[in-house]
Amino acid sequence: MKAKSILINYLFVLPAVLIFGIFYIYPFLKVFQLSLMEWDGILPTMQFVGISNFKEIMTDKIWWDSMWHAGYITLIALTFQNGLALLLALACDREIKYGNIFRVIFFIPPILSEVVVGLIWQWILDGNYGILNNAFNAMGMHSLVRNWLSDPKTALTCIAVVHSWKGFGWGFIILLAGLQTIPKQLYEAAKVDGADSWQVFTKITIPLMIPVFSMVIILTILGSMQVFVLIISMVGQGLVHHTDVPVLRILASMTGSSRFGYACAQGIIFGLVLIIISFTQKKLSERIKQA
Amino acid sequence: MKDGASKYILKKRLELVVIYIFLGIVALTCILPLLWMFGSSLKTQGTVFSDPSLIPAHPEWRNYYLAWTKGEFGIYFLNSIFYTAVVVFGIIIVSSLAAYGFSRLKFPGSNFLFHMFLAAMMVPLPGSFVPLYVLVNNIRKVLLNFLTAISPQLAHIFPQGFVQQSNTFILNQVFPRGAYVFCMINVGLSLSIYILKTFFDKMPKELEDAARIDGCNKLGIWRHVAIPLAKPAIAVITIFNSLNVWNEYILAQLILSSKETMPLQRGLIVFQGMHVTDYPLLMAGMTMTAIPIIIIYLIFQKYIIKGITAGALVG
Repeated sequence: MKAKSILINYLFVLPAVLIFGIFYIYPFLKVFQLSLMEWDGILPTMQFVGISNFKEIMTDKIWWDSMWHAGYITLIALTFQNGLALLLALACDREIKYGNIFRVIFFIPPILSEVVVGLIWQWILDGNYGILNNAFNAMGMHSLVRNWLSDPKTALTCIAVVHSWKGFGWGFIILLAGLQTIPKQLYEAAKVDGADSWQVFTKITIPLMIPVFSMVIILTILGSMQVFVLIISMVGQGLVHHTDVPVLRILASMTGSSRFGYACAQGIIFGLVLIIISFTQKKLSERIKQA
Repeated sequence: MKDGASKYILKKRLELVVIYIFLGIVALTCILPLLWMFGSSLKTQGTVFSDPSLIPAHPEWRNYYLAWTKGEFGIYFLNSIFYTAVVVFGIIIVSSLAAYGFSRLKFPGSNFLFHMFLAAMMVPLPGSFVPLYVLVNNIRKVLLNFLTAISPQLAHIFPQGFVQQSNTFILNQVFPRGAYVFCMINVGLSLSIYILKTFFDKMPKELEDAARIDGCNKLGIWRHVAIPLAKPAIAVITIFNSLNVWNEYILAQLILSSKETMPLQRGLIVFQGMHVTDYPLLMAGMTMTAIPIIIIYLIFQKYIIKGITAGALVG
């Protein structure tokens, strides 16, 4: 009776565990096996090559360049996107009319797909017909007209800005939720004690918001480092290297040069980089909290 | 004294005006690109480059008909609806069963299994689409071998043409769709289990006890007590996962190669990649992709924002 009851209990979680095992655990482990192989993805035989894929990655300049590109996008997301999100959250964290309407509007870009967002902005930034160049021409600022997305000097920045446009509403929602957990009495007490708004901000708001900041920073890093669908829809898939990011390189190793083992090795390296970054960030924010 | 007070009020007013202008400008940058996409979808291939107006004077509503039929966005749209509905339904069933199990039922290893799902949300796994693609391909090969092995037997019972037709149907339609659905169920599973389990944990046990005394078995309690009570949590995971599936791109690209099975996001990229892009039709397709999401969002924005904050808090 007891054993039967436990068996029935297992049946409740069985479908989830099965799906998870087949579509998450198995691929997770398979990555490590394949990373040691040279395999084109078609032939039934694969060749064991040890760690040579990893050695090759160490000297793969296009790969490390793509890592810097993702880092650059992340840096802009951390500063521009989160800065804007914080300003908006601070502006909305008070009694203002239509506050909810603004909140609803700011969250529209985050719910749209990267494909739609990418295609809209590709069309706005288009060198020949884009609305941005048309606007510059109409205002007589011809020197600013350029091929925004095919010029290596501007392409990555444009992508980063569009990525931030899509993401700031998300940061805004979380930061606002964080701000609203701060008890209003704290602000009032500080005002009574004669603190000005800047002192209130630096002495009350910032220290209490550190856990929220830390979370937003980690999620921004993880999200921005792995951005790639937006790039596919803005400049195409793997046509040029100056907008390559790691996930696009992995995709290119797989579908482009049919090197599945190399793609998996790249995935492992990139996963490690992400884990190291978020671990470091966590340690740093803990240290700041203690200080 | 009175002067100081009015000065203070003036300063506050000015501050508010600056805040409104700032919020207004940011709100405009959110909306204008979308309005412009919608406006462009109503222009013609001839005027789309030259007409600077946001919404054209003579809107070409026919573009939507053309995009739906000639642009094949009709197929993509129905596919997107199909995937979203099936995946979300699957997630609700599978995750609520599991969450109920983790929250209420006792069995060895339950803690370990639950934390495995949690860990999956936190460990980044970039490029996991590579082995997933390999897995799907391998299953397809096994299926192909199986079908070729049993076809001769089936040919004794059914007409030859029918067997062949059903084989191609299984390989080109049923299999890729099924594979994509299961992959996407897996994507949404962890967060949904987490949200539902936290909900079940807070649920009063008395109702379940009452149902048990009335002769309900565990499955009956799940179906008639837990699920109805968990409606708010189920609403959150429904909307959250719907957005996720509707907006998904990369697995659709890797698993769904034929146009008959593609969802909208993939269809848009395919349409855009054609040699001569018909921009108004592309914009019409994009509008079709965005509108359902925006409408659902406007209706359920409270739930969506709840889901986002919940998702962030776990990470």
